[in-house]
Amino acid sequence: MSLTTTPNLPEHDTFYAELLAAHRGLTEAESHALNARLVLILANHVGDIEALREALTLAKS
Amino acid sequence: MAYDYQPFDYVPPPGLNAPEAKKPVVIVGAGPIGLAMAIELSRHGVASVVLDDNNVVSVGSRAICWSKRSLEIFDRLGIAEKALEKGVTWQVGRTFHRNQEVFNFDLLPEAGHKMPAFINLQQYYVEQFLVERAQEIPLIDLRFKNKVVAIDPGPSGAILDIETPDGPYALEASYVLACDGARSPVRSMLGLEFEGEVFEERFLIADIEMEADFPSERHFWFEPEFHAGQSALLHKQPDNIYRIDLQLGWDANPEQEMQPEVVIPRIMKVVGHDDFRLDWVSVYTFQCRRLAEFVHGPVIFVGDSAHVVSPFGARGGNGGLQDVDNLGWKLAAVLEGRAGDRLLASYNRERGFGADENIANSARATKFMTPGEGIERMFRDQVLHLAGKTSFARGWVNSGRLSRPCTYPVAGPDDPQLPVEARPGAVAPDAPLSDGWLLNQLGGDAVLVTLGLAAPDGVACRVLDLPATSETRQRYLGRAEQACYLIRPDQVIAARWVDADAAAIADALRALWKGG
Repeated sequence: MSLTTTPNLPEHDTFYAELLAAHRGLTEAESHALNARLVLILANHVGDIEALREALTLAKS
Repeated sequence: MAYDYQPFDYVPPPGLNAPEAKKPVVIVGAGPIGLAMAIELSRHGVASVVLDDNNVVSVGSRAICWSKRSLEIFDRLGIAEKALEKGVTWQVGRTFHRNQEVFNFDLLPEAGHKMPAFINLQQYYVEQFLVERAQEIPLIDLRFKNKVVAIDPGPSGAILDIETPDGPYALEASYVLACDGARSPVRSMLGLEFEGEVFEERFLIADIEMEADFPSERHFWFEPEFHAGQSALLHKQPDNIYRIDLQLGWDANPEQEMQPEVVIPRIMKVVGHDDFRLDWVSVYTFQCRRLAEFVHGPVIFVGDSAHVVSPFGARGGNGGLQDVDNLGWKLAAVLEGRAGDRLLASYNRERGFGADENIANSARATKFMTPGEGIERMFRDQVLHLAGKTSFARGWVNSGRLSRPCTYPVAGPDDPQLPVEARPGAVAPDAPLSDGWLLNQLGGDAVLVTLGLAAPDGVACRVLDLPATSETRQRYLGRAEQACYLIRPDQVIAARWVDADAAAIADALRALWKGG
């Protein structure tokens, strides 16, 4: 497994709050677009096609 | 069994007949915070008058979860033994989504601490124990059925107008401590407003008495089958009393929801039978709000009068006790002439920091429990979904992050070799010693704690030399062979060094009394 699914972000509560704050006031379409950009940005940051494939599988399961 | 409410005696105050001498401190409110404040001040030699418009302890269990830090404070106040004996000790919390456990936490996984992670104990017992303790202390003047109706703050104190069953009188005090709760009349009298967020959600809170062998754990459910689509919380208290919190939604009618014919069927669905007695019911909304400033000249706000949080996290009562812990020694030092107003300004700054941390944590938990429609609910539901599949998402499930003392942003000298848990601003970690516990040895004044070295000559405070045990090494030395710690009267670490230097210690001690 190259995808990390164990705890890896100690500040998860802070991130979660900032994530929701980023969506505040957006329409549904704008929220979708923000999420899409985030996925693309984070995929590039991960930089590992195997990990990304595992993430796709996990997300679809 | 139901709590036996015994009214406290009202005694006509001397001020009804002749003006009383100016008091150093008047405390408004004989709840847990006001009473703890009076006892804490008496430990520092400060006399106080405590005024309360009522003459019984709290109706209903209200604050029930008392944290390790609160128990350490209770220990100094002299009620920890009673609280521990009566309370239900717990440290494990379990969170469920529908029927499946998705997350659990153990709040005190390590041994070698005098106090457990948490006890559950109804607020009325805590108040009873505090009143009994306060009545033993000559420096405390408890006045029940004394209602403050007006306050006139001036440059050197404040004058209070007070009503009693025998008529009105006035009291003058150098400092007035408003410990009069979330709806603080003193706050209204000063025309001060809370700032912050009110969440559009209502919760039913019910105490029931029943025979059950439910474990001493905190259980929280997202979308349980017994309360479709909403959240629920269950806590065990002494006397076979169980606390149940049920999310109702914003549309609920609070008056109607509190009627037994509505409450009882809801509780039956939770516990699966009707063999229980309804002890107390209330409906509340979530608020995460605070005063911008806690110190207003001679009037100082402490506890819920200064800041309120939503309840999932036990940060209300415990946060208030940390206010008491922070303010007691500072106010005593100012009254004694040992320190100036800057030390009181540090109460405002440090407890404002603590309130913000409590508000941030409880606002996040509230948002997770009661997400807004749309994207907030989408993320919340998908975290719960992933929590059934991956370990990382379990930690993201937020049913409340339970109260821990904050680490104050103090600028005292530090050494990176030493353990991060004992950094300046943190509460000194407890540890077992051959003749008791470390925290019990710290005393009521500033103290220099040494490990593996001798204090330099001329240190202007008490010195406590600690033996090297596995716990003191782990909690105070880490990789270092020796260290010394300057610890404040509230057991917060002010500064620490690997090499002791008389001049540096003297500087840090001066900064401590200046609120640095």
